[in-house]
Amino acid sequence: MSKAVKVQKKFGMAEVALIFSIAILVVVVAVPVIMIFLTAFFKDGHFNLAGVVEVLKQKDTYLALKNSLIIAFGVTLFSTIIGVFFAWLLARTDIPCKKALNAMFMVPFMLPSFICAMAWKVLLSPRSGYINKMLMAMFHLDSAPIDIMTMGGIIAIETMYLFPFVFLQVSGALERMDPTLEESARISGASLWTITRKITLPLVMPSIVAGALLVCLYSLAHFGVPSILGVEKGIYNIPTKIYERIYASGGSYEAIRVGTILATILVICATLILKLQNVVLKKGRFQIIAGKSMRPVVLKLRGMRWPLFIICVVYLLLTVVMPTVTIFLIGGLKTYGLSFLPKNMTFANYAEVFQMKMTRSAIWNSVYLSTLTAFVTMLAGVMISYVIVKMKVKGKFILEFLGVLPYSLPGTVIALGCILTWSGKFGINLYNTAGIIFVAYIARYMAFSIKSNSAALEQVSDSLEEASRSCGATHWQTLTHIVVPLIRPGMINAFFLIFLPALRELTTSVLLYGPTTRTIGVAIYALNEDGETVRAAALAGIALIIIFIGETFIKGLLARLDKTKRSA
Amino acid sequence: MSAALELKDVTKIFGSVKAVNKLNLTIEQGECFSFLGPSGCGKTTTLRMIAGFENLDEGELYSGGKLFSSSYKHYYLPPEKRDFGMVFQAFAVWPHMTVYDNVAFPLKIKKLPKNEIAERTEMALKATSLTKEAEMFPQKLSGGQQQRIALARAVAINPKVMLLDEPLSNLDPHLREEMRFEIKALQDKFGFTVIYVTHDQAEAMALSDRMLVMKEGVVQQVGGPLDIYNDPANKFVFSFIGLSDFIPVKVKNGQIFVDGGEECGPVNGDIPKNLDPSIEYDIACRPSEIDFAPDGVRAQVVRRTYLGDIVDYLLKIGNVELRVQKPRRHSTAQLGETCHLRFNRLLWYDRKEETASKT
Ligand SMILES: Nc1ncnc2c1ncn2[C@@H]1O[C@H](COP(=O)(O)OP(=O)(O)O)[C@@H](O)[C@H]1O
Ligand SMILES: [Mg+2]
Repeated sequence: MSKAVKVQKKFGMAEVALIFSIAILVVVVAVPVIMIFLTAFFKDGHFNLAGVVEVLKQKDTYLALKNSLIIAFGVTLFSTIIGVFFAWLLARTDIPCKKALNAMFMVPFMLPSFICAMAWKVLLSPRSGYINKMLMAMFHLDSAPIDIMTMGGIIAIETMYLFPFVFLQVSGALERMDPTLEESARISGASLWTITRKITLPLVMPSIVAGALLVCLYSLAHFGVPSILGVEKGIYNIPTKIYERIYASGGSYEAIRVGTILATILVICATLILKLQNVVLKKGRFQIIAGKSMRPVVLKLRGMRWPLFIICVVYLLLTVVMPTVTIFLIGGLKTYGLSFLPKNMTFANYAEVFQMKMTRSAIWNSVYLSTLTAFVTMLAGVMISYVIVKMKVKGKFILEFLGVLPYSLPGTVIALGCILTWSGKFGINLYNTAGIIFVAYIARYMAFSIKSNSAALEQVSDSLEEASRSCGATHWQTLTHIVVPLIRPGMINAFFLIFLPALRELTTSVLLYGPTTRTIGVAIYALNEDGETVRAAALAGIALIIIFIGETFIKGLLARLDKTKRSA
Repeated sequence: MSAALELKDVTKIFGSVKAVNKLNLTIEQGECFSFLGPSGCGKTTTLRMIAGFENLDEGELYSGGKLFSSSYKHYYLPPEKRDFGMVFQAFAVWPHMTVYDNVAFPLKIKKLPKNEIAERTEMALKATSLTKEAEMFPQKLSGGQQQRIALARAVAINPKVMLLDEPLSNLDPHLREEMRFEIKALQDKFGFTVIYVTHDQAEAMALSDRMLVMKEGVVQQVGGPLDIYNDPANKFVFSFIGLSDFIPVKVKNGQIFVDGGEECGPVNGDIPKNLDPSIEYDIACRPSEIDFAPDGVRAQVVRRTYLGDIVDYLLKIGNVELRVQKPRRHSTAQLGETCHLRFNRLLWYDRKEETASKT
């Protein structure tokens, strides 16, 4: 009898879940990464460091690396300054219309940065940019005053759409911070300026650093903006260089090998950044959360109140409204280059998006791939995080190790890994099918899913499960009746954390698409590359509408549904 | 010498809530003064107005004869210029600074000479027994030690007035009692005026020279702890300041009967001359001021609980319950037994008036 119990225990639910979780992560994440390292460092079965050095010595790869680092550094620096400034302004001053501004500062997050880069190129490219032409006419200039197609331009545009990472982290920390920490400094005789410098900023420093490193990680491996603003002028970063090499050679093995070497560098940078982030967060996580919620003292801006408000509004108009409007206007032009007069406008381009086979299938591909990926990755994430957070089972450390792996894998790296893994080497050939994009998306977004679900699971105290078991419920019943309902908000959150970015994904899909498997991002990108600016803009406009509906409408609806279910 | 603090018609309104309503108060130099009242009655709001964190909707505030706040003149001296010390319930020590730096911070802000900063910081640390912990970070320390840091920090600048907002509420009960004495000792040593906010009447009684009882933003009574204990201004103060029994009564033929327990006989005690016959009354008494006696109103023992040296009884006169507490050696009544009670001191209140527990 006791033996039977033991045997049963050895192959209980915990072990099955563990093995299954490890299998998923190995197949989807670990194998592609290993394939990259193998390809990068081994040639004809021999370890080959000389080949690596040789690739890095080539001028264009070396420059791409340098550009990637410069762009990442610049974007991180400016995003941090802008993010901290606006977060502080909204949380610690008496600026008017705070609620509305807070909501508006989230919008840059929703906008796909490569679509905005397209808009900015239309407005500020040196030869034909609308604003440049206008300024030249107004001030009788001989050359364009602003050139967006430079390193500076790339840094500026990326900053505009990445700073919310910092903004979100910092404003969250400021909101949660105990106001008496600042008040006790005030009563000690410190002025508001001193308090900001000596108390407030140091206390939110961990959040600032966390946000800044996220920006750095993202920018380092970002494809969209540099490809639209830089490539034409010969400015490459690592992801665009990898794309160019592979694209130019028609996917030759040598090009892929160079790609894997560059990808390895990305992985190393990303790992270092994540290590740094862990160190900062562990060392500097202060308990600054208030017991009671009370309003913090706000700095009275007095005469600066409305000017600063206007700065916020102008900033949002410039970075959010202007590019969006530009996209829709361009999408409505009869021919690119005409002025925006009613006689030059038409709805035909928008209608065409739904008639043309290529754009129609792109929309369909993106919608079903994102939905499927979000659903599958969310479920896999629940299982993996459940094993990591809740289960006591031998061999869990393997899963813990594999579980952090997806965080340090930029989109380009995943795409390369998937090409190497799923092109028939292991008997499965998904190349040029939607399948390869699907597995790449799962790898790419697994980190989001594990993070969101783990956070939700950590909130569920073990005693709740124990109470259920002691009431006679089985493990499975406990899971479905107690745990899943409690972590449902985390699951819904994970779904959207995956669905929405996947909908507009470009970095990974651009390396993986085949003739019939373009996604929205790829279709816009390809149209734009082919000089079909008007069609690209029309499709981008439709994409913006789809994303907007996804962000606000569906998300809000589901959140409300969940709430009413709970209160009922 | 002018008063440490003078509040004139101080009023604060949050939306539809009058958090503080026409508060008039004078606190003398060196006094230890408590604000006592249930949660949400406006104590913190008053303290924050004194500190300068909140503007006044009406009224004026003086300290040492100087105008600090005035709603009429729209004048507010900012908190950092008031030279007050303040200690918060949630400690509010800065986690990114060592204990020493926390305490030295206000002195550095004042740009005092280096040696004076060191001297005063060390003295404040010594006075709060934190010398050994000086180089540690606050999060490594216990709640009691963190609150001592806050005290040391407030003491270091040698404030004229020290504001404490429920400083002991986040501590364990035994530590709470110990810290009370430490606060008192600090006051004796440095001679500042203390304003102490609490909802714990025992704490207020133990610490204060004078205190104030508040309810829904309105002052109920100001006075010494004993005066308030013995002569509460109304039913609310009586019930808030200590354990209390309220017994509904009827007066018949010059005798007092328990309403709902007439068959148990009359209650001893005087009937005030000015009773209004149209009003129903409760008599009020402290559980410790009721004696078991050979005669008097009859009662039944329903429950008997030992609380260390005293015994707590739940009794019933007819169907009216009351509590009696007696030292153990005087406790003869047994469970279920019928006994007789004598009341030492009776106060009479309108039955409709609110008690603290109902608010
Ligand atoms: N910032 C505020 N905004 C709105 N209402 C407040 C604010 N601060 C306090 N109040 C209200 O004022 C009343 C008194 O609060 P408070 O002074 O904190 O009470 P106490 O410290 O005695 O518990 C309460 O009803 C509280 O809800
Ligand atoms: Mg309070």
